[in-house]
Amino acid sequence: MAKVKGYVEINTGRCKGCNLCVVSCPTDTLDLQPREVNDRGYHYVYMKNPDDCIGCANCGFVCPDGCLTVYRKKVL
Amino acid sequence: MNASDIVSPENLVYAKPELMNDNHMHYCPGCSHGVVHKVIAEVIKELGLQEKTIGIAPVGCAVFAYKYLDIDWQEAAHGRAPALATAVKRLLPDRMVFTYQGDGDLAAIGTAETIHAANRGENIAIVFINNGIYGMTGGQMAPTTLSNMVTSTSPDGRNVETMGGPLKMLDMLALLDGVCLATRVSVHTAAAVKKTRRMIKLAFENSMAGKGTSIVEVVSTCNAGWKMTPAAANDWMVENMFPVFPIGDLKNI
Repeated sequence: MAKVKGYVEINTGRCKGCNLCVVSCPTDTLDLQPREVNDRGYHYVYMKNPDDCIGCANCGFVCPDGCLTVYRKKVL
Repeated sequence: MNASDIVSPENLVYAKPELMNDNHMHYCPGCSHGVVHKVIAEVIKELGLQEKTIGIAPVGCAVFAYKYLDIDWQEAAHGRAPALATAVKRLLPDRMVFTYQGDGDLAAIGTAETIHAANRGENIAIVFINNGIYGMTGGQMAPTTLSNMVTSTSPDGRNVETMGGPLKMLDMLALLDGVCLATRVSVHTAAAVKKTRRMIKLAFENSMAGKGTSIVEVVSTCNAGWKMTPAAANDWMVENMFPVFPIGDLKNI
């Protein structure tokens, strides 16, 4: 069965750490940085479990600031 | 497989809309305004109307909407966006004219303008962001505030006997003959965002087709005003806002 692999590119400078993408993710791929912050002091989002990403783009749709770019590729 | 194998233009699923520029948005983290801005940018791009769209920015949190979307904008006085949109659409009938208003703008100070513009059936689209509170000025009670909801000007909760109940603008507007689309949507999940995109697209198409006034009410959150985290505000909205402001079409002709 063909599997899909996804990847989320994150504009960390634009992210406000609102956590909406994290709760929308069905595979628990994303999480907020526990310690690191961006220039504006927000704990930005990062791919905690990049292997789990299926590229469903739920995170991209709900992101209020358009920080996320989602890619998806079929792997055999 | 590593990231460099996946990241290429043919694998792109979702990206920030082209019409949204790189200015940092002033909205609070998790604010629904950002999602609706993105949806509007996507729809305008999809319809190829970027040179023909004129947006009317309101007074409220979205007062700086013109800084974030690369289309033509007009700034209206508080509540007067439908009146300004009427003028713009009548003078330039080939343009797509939409207003973007919050509940303090559309349902409080701008009630008369909104109702009369809809009653005249002006060929404009109205995007109405209903979060049940005055977000910009510090979380005061709005006409759409729910019964018993605590705000900074109703610290004991909204008392229906003295302050009235939540004003259902969309139900009122749906009764008017000039209105061709009155629908209520939300943006709290990916599926809801896609639905909102379909309805806003329909509203913009109605404006160009001259079918009458289209109103899309987006039931949204104000996590700073409600004093919750963004995720908790979404849950609170589903639990408390949706029974009063049910999602769905009230009118679609």
